[in-house]
Amino acid sequence: MAKYDKKTIEELIDGTIDFFKLKEMLSNFKDPERFDTYLGILQERVPWEDRILLPAGLHLYIVQKENGDRIVKCDCGHEFCDYRDNWKLHALIYVRDTEEKLEELYPKLLAPDPEWQVIREYYCPSCGVQLEVENVTPWYPVIKDFEPDIDAFYEEWLGRPAPRPQAG
Amino acid sequence: MAILENELGVRLTARRPIGWNGKTLKQMREEVDRLSRETGCYAGLKELPFKESNPIRYEKIFAKLRGGVVHARETAKRVAASPIVEQEGELCFTLYTPEADSIVTSTGIIIHVGTMGAAIKYMIKNDYEENPGIEPGDIFCNNDCQIGNVHPCDVHTIVPIFWGEELVGWVGGVTHVIDVGATAPGSMTVGPVTRYDDGYQVACRKIGKNDILLRDWLIESQRSVRTTKYWLLDERTRVAGCHMIRDLVLQIIEEEGIDAYKQFIREVIEDGRRGFINQVKSMTIPGKYRGVSFVDVPYKHLDVPPYARLNTIMHAPSEMTIHKDGKLEIDFEGVNRWGWHSYNATPVSITSGIWVMLSQTLIPNDRVNDGAYYASRFGLPYGSWLNPDDIRTAHSYAWHFLVSAWSPLWRSLSRTYFARGYLEEVNAGNANTSNWLQGGGYNQFNENHAVNSFESAAEGVGASAVKDGIDHAAAVWNPEGDMGDMEIWELAEPLLYLGRTIKPNTGGYGKYRGGNGYETLRMVWGAKDWTMFFMGNGYMSSDCGLMGGYPAASGYRFEAHGTNIKELIEKRLPLPLGGDPDPGDPKYEKLIEAKEIKRDKQAITTETIFENYDLYLNYLRGGPGFGDPLERNPKAVETDLNDGHLLPKYAEKVYGAVISRDEKGRWVVDAAKTEQRRAEIRKERIKRGKPTREWMKQERKRILNKQAAIQVRHMYASSFALSEKFTNEFRQFWNLPEDWIIKENELEIPVFGARNQIQ
Repeated sequence: MAKYDKKTIEELIDGTIDFFKLKEMLSNFKDPERFDTYLGILQERVPWEDRILLPAGLHLYIVQKENGDRIVKCDCGHEFCDYRDNWKLHALIYVRDTEEKLEELYPKLLAPDPEWQVIREYYCPSCGVQLEVENVTPWYPVIKDFEPDIDAFYEEWLGRPAPRPQAG
Repeated sequence: MAILENELGVRLTARRPIGWNGKTLKQMREEVDRLSRETGCYAGLKELPFKESNPIRYEKIFAKLRGGVVHARETAKRVAASPIVEQEGELCFTLYTPEADSIVTSTGIIIHVGTMGAAIKYMIKNDYEENPGIEPGDIFCNNDCQIGNVHPCDVHTIVPIFWGEELVGWVGGVTHVIDVGATAPGSMTVGPVTRYDDGYQVACRKIGKNDILLRDWLIESQRSVRTTKYWLLDERTRVAGCHMIRDLVLQIIEEEGIDAYKQFIREVIEDGRRGFINQVKSMTIPGKYRGVSFVDVPYKHLDVPPYARLNTIMHAPSEMTIHKDGKLEIDFEGVNRWGWHSYNATPVSITSGIWVMLSQTLIPNDRVNDGAYYASRFGLPYGSWLNPDDIRTAHSYAWHFLVSAWSPLWRSLSRTYFARGYLEEVNAGNANTSNWLQGGGYNQFNENHAVNSFESAAEGVGASAVKDGIDHAAAVWNPEGDMGDMEIWELAEPLLYLGRTIKPNTGGYGKYRGGNGYETLRMVWGAKDWTMFFMGNGYMSSDCGLMGGYPAASGYRFEAHGTNIKELIEKRLPLPLGGDPDPGDPKYEKLIEAKEIKRDKQAITTETIFENYDLYLNYLRGGPGFGDPLERNPKAVETDLNDGHLLPKYAEKVYGAVISRDEKGRWVVDAAKTEQRRAEIRKERIKRGKPTREWMKQERKRILNKQAAIQVRHMYASSFALSEKFTNEFRQFWNLPEDWIIKENELEIPVFGARNQIQ
């Protein structure tokens, strides 16, 4: 079974990993310790103390607050909502629904036609990072992409209790 | 006559069953299904006694079989003449149990693990054992989509394997042939809107006895297609591979004994089922994941029957549930109705297609067999484009949407890989694999000919979470993607290459960008009575970016007719020799004169006549991006600019890069100023963005007023018509009145086929 040190996983997160090392990681069996190493690095890097339960995307985390609430939080510290809700409904949205707005992104003829499709950008209201993009028809409900079963993951797959807030 | 029929009936039913222990194949099929259902283990195997007691012998048999099927594929490939098979490797071979569950498959277009199995299951279900009979030395053929295929150009050859009087399995071989005699030349034509236009369809027919192809079959099949030599040699390819694998199986049985073989083929499937569940548990997170994809069907102005002339959109929402027990469930509830176009799919094509995707990510090993199928469940709504309820549907270009419809699943899995830290496995999706240059007529050798350039086997790959997607490299349906040699395509097609170049800005932007596509400019040369058509997404991008990355660019077409290129060549004047890097700033038109130039978003067309010296631009798409583009390393932006992957103004607008040129003319990105500019753009985003719930109020008004283009309204109407659940969720999300609805018949467009289905 493969095993990687913290430095290798840091290089992976930073995208600085050597190509051949990366290729080996792709071809090898997965290292079961990865999740803990990864989570440890992410926790070190965020400027806040809330415990990360699960990364929910680039810059987004499901964290546990001291009172036991599980919420979606941006690495800048912005808190969106309960993890069972759709964080996009609590974000800022910018919709590219005209040729002009779409052609800011793609050369003419390479952009979708706004009569058929629009591009929705979701930003963090605090730091302005672009967290997700949807390209959908007009009227499309905002998609809830990610709805993990955190307790089942920790308890049944990792074989340990899901983190709980410390008593007192 | 009645007496004869009766006599025939008596004789046929008197056949000795060919299954194990005196059972018919149908009985064996039912027994496996029952045991699997009752126990949750394949064929009721709660234990794996062979594997557990003698693992080395077990692995040896697997290795021999796997090596053998791959070897057969590599050898058989050399029999083919078609560059689709010989250059691109569009073939595969699979070994099945007597009940048609797959045991082991070769490399190649492994989507057919499922499709050929479906064809054999159809034969079992329809009592082929009694009539026409299944004998040693028989050869069967299938390419009927509604029985078990993706599109008619994938032709199956299926051979039974006997040990004594018992059937011990089947071997299937498939190749993608270049023409199936559809209304237009080429393997995946766009013109068909019904099954009857799709071309020659063979429905699990016995085509050979005693290892010899029957003469009536050879004559009929040769007279039904345009490219006879390719058809014939592709068939030889398939027969050769099947016979090599049959010999291998018989040799293994001789060495290992029939009882060991019988036990092995059951255990290896159960082993595959368990292995799949282990992979799910070791790489993903349980929960629900959702995505959606679309593709445009711009048929309003196409030369098709009146009931097909409408613009619509194909819709594929997907919900992937990873259960606590490791089982995978994929539900397409909300998908819309099938249509009068050739982009319909069948359940086996979408489920098998999903295995192609999974075998490149979740189960990237040689254990691809029906075990994974037994660990999964699919929701494929009846009456939809992926499970039509009408025999008339056309399927010749199922790929127009099929590959994109399963791409959101790739993103869903990637969210789980990302959450677990397996960043190297993240993939933002795959390219919409078009354009497919197709057409035909008399070629440069004066032959009745059809073409289908498989350059489309090398499109841009989606970005990962650690690096850019690979440029012009792969197609999701062929894990060994290759654009092929230009010289080979020039031999196979009466079209000279004037250019083959990177297509900038086609991969989705992001922290890591999607792989860019490329384009080839082809000039018709040496052809007569020649037609071609375009077939790609134009008005929509059918894929989406991931975690802040953008979707890949959409498509367009460029064609020029009645050009002065002959004169330009004679006068040695400049020709269009490169690409069309910025289609908004066209350059070809400045070099040539032409009677007609079409440069627009109508990237799907029916046959157009092309004369010599006419031009055709084949643009192959890019893959989607990952992450916020403002986080892209400035050095990577610089490299993209200098290598022709990115047009300068988009480096500024999308990546926020502050750029200039040095004394040698090379682009330079100022990292410090770029960081400042990016900070400004983030502020601009906060200023221009609206709280989502605020924006929803405006959008709700548009919905209440039914303000949207006809194709959008039609898409929703046909999804609403099939799914009450989707309709209710839509109403609930937008807080619409309970009676709010859009119906197909209120849109004043043809609804032919929406009310009556012909089974």
